[in-house]
Amino acid sequence: MTAVPQPTVSATQARRAGGLGRAVTYLLLVVAALFFLIPIYLVFATALKTPDAIALPTAWHWPAQLNWASFSEAWDKVGGNMLNSLFLAVTATLLSALLGSLNGYALSKWRFRGANTLFALMLFGMFIPYQAVLIPLFQFIKGLGLYGSIWGLILAHVVYGIPITTLIFRNFYADVPDALVEAATIDGAGFWEIYARVIFPISIPGFVVVIIWQFTQVWNEFLFAATLTNTGSQPVTYALSQLAGGQAVSWNLPMAGAILAALPTLLVYIVLGRYFVRGLLAGSVKG
Amino acid sequence: MKRLSKDRLWAIAVLTPSILLIGIFVYYFIGRTVYVSLTDWGNDPAQALALNPIIRWVGLQNYSELFTGFLQGRFRQELVNTLFFTLFFILGCLGVGLGLALILDRNPRGEGLWRTIFLFPMSLSFIVTGTIWRWMLQPQGGVNQAPTLLGGQPSTFGWLSSNDSALKFDWNNLPLITAAVVGAVLIVVAVRAAREGQRTRTLVAAACAALLIGWAIFVGPNVKLLAAPELHGFNFAMIGIIIAAVWQMSGYTMALYLAGLRGIPEELREAAKVDGARDAQMYRFVIFPLLSPITLSAMIILGHISLKIFDLVYAMAGPDNVAASVPALNMYLTSFRQNQFALGAAIGTILLILVAFVIVPYLANQFKGEEGHA
Repeated sequence: MTAVPQPTVSATQARRAGGLGRAVTYLLLVVAALFFLIPIYLVFATALKTPDAIALPTAWHWPAQLNWASFSEAWDKVGGNMLNSLFLAVTATLLSALLGSLNGYALSKWRFRGANTLFALMLFGMFIPYQAVLIPLFQFIKGLGLYGSIWGLILAHVVYGIPITTLIFRNFYADVPDALVEAATIDGAGFWEIYARVIFPISIPGFVVVIIWQFTQVWNEFLFAATLTNTGSQPVTYALSQLAGGQAVSWNLPMAGAILAALPTLLVYIVLGRYFVRGLLAGSVKG
Repeated sequence: MKRLSKDRLWAIAVLTPSILLIGIFVYYFIGRTVYVSLTDWGNDPAQALALNPIIRWVGLQNYSELFTGFLQGRFRQELVNTLFFTLFFILGCLGVGLGLALILDRNPRGEGLWRTIFLFPMSLSFIVTGTIWRWMLQPQGGVNQAPTLLGGQPSTFGWLSSNDSALKFDWNNLPLITAAVVGAVLIVVAVRAAREGQRTRTLVAAACAALLIGWAIFVGPNVKLLAAPELHGFNFAMIGIIIAAVWQMSGYTMALYLAGLRGIPEELREAAKVDGARDAQMYRFVIFPLLSPITLSAMIILGHISLKIFDLVYAMAGPDNVAASVPALNMYLTSFRQNQFALGAAIGTILLILVAFVIVPYLANQFKGEEGHA
């Protein structure tokens, strides 16, 4: 089992490089940071230009006068979809977090024969290409009368979110001492009482990780969005792809739209980055 | 076996809805897809969206159409694209991620800020990343204009539109190439088994290798999948998409490697230094071997992402750019634009098989041995 600990600023201060090595270190850092940040500069430079100021040869120039109107214009086009995405992401995230918490609790604290095989079978659902289930899923959602409604999309995200949320909570509860549960059992508490009084109250960090992870995933998803919704219920990823995909686009609009569509998850990442990374590592490390 | 108490029954009851949902949405739906892929649903446009379409069983016809049919050259190019994409995407992410992690492991000032910068693309959607990079890679746009900032000439590289390619091979030789590669692998297996003194395994592997290579020499050259030669290779139009994907995902490998590096006990480094190891030797003999499980983990996660990547390609190259397309995108277009459900299901099944090759051994390995103490 590959147990990977969290990155911490630990007792490694002694390893600060000195002299020439140090200069090279910072040079490399700056070059790498440029690679990651230059696209952001170009996005803002383009979004803030007026359409007639956008020309390919001057793509790198900062606009002479800032045109904030791109953002309100982009909002007119994708604002409704942003609200769809918000409703979708919040509802689907809360439902799948709750399911994951109960599943993780049942799997880690009430182990039964075959639980691990069952869990591995469940986890497989996290890795499948959704193209392999898309046609029956589409028929099923249509059969339920949910095609084109945000609820069909919520259903899909909750179901396909079960593996990862169960995984994260199972690993989270594995670190809760079994003695705690045993003590509660001796006091006469049952399955639900222990969940409500012992497990749930200490689950906040687990919920934070799962909620951030699921919110980001659902907000950013595209395939289900393109297949299961129609005009009116489409999330922002689909709207943005339409905004940018047309011919003869004035590029300030898709750039402003990209900023709008990126803002919620980017904010979550900047404010709660530590938990974001924890979810990231949990997605690859079992145990 | 432990007696099933009331609480354990509750645990099973709580899991039941999820098990049912996964059973239906994953396993039953996969079964349906495989079934649909063996029919002709949608091959006749008139029947595709009919209320009660006439659906006939056609066996493996859709698959043979994809691999050998005259009209499905696009799919074959996409299959090649996706394999090259996976290769270069994984190499890029591992290289950039490891490099960044090694630099950050030297504890530069403002480490948290650097880490934030390298990881932020991870929080974006592939659609946002694709939209941004599509603009940067316009034929006369951002990246191609970059040399002019330093007084040079603009570059003319066709990032997403190039039709050039490298490493081309004739699709007709695919059985030959496959047989040769598998044969070579089997020879390696046989040699290893012989060294370990396992006679049965040596013999079986050697016999299979001989059979395959014999086939490749005597029969292979006469097998023709297509009427005419059909060249496929690594399309240069994919390069821009690979760069954008590495931009988005290399922060992930950095986070993995950094966690791994921070988990290596300081004493191990000290001990290596005491033994007189130079920095390079310490990395070569102490640190990199300890990171190899992380590399494997990262390869599996990145591999399954890259095999099914499609939104990034959709946003960057558009749906109709054959030179820069992938099977995952083709599946969506075939099924939901052209309503050729059976053909789409066949592509979906092929994708599933590719991903399963990567994931099933991994999952089996992760949970092997754990079952004992359950």
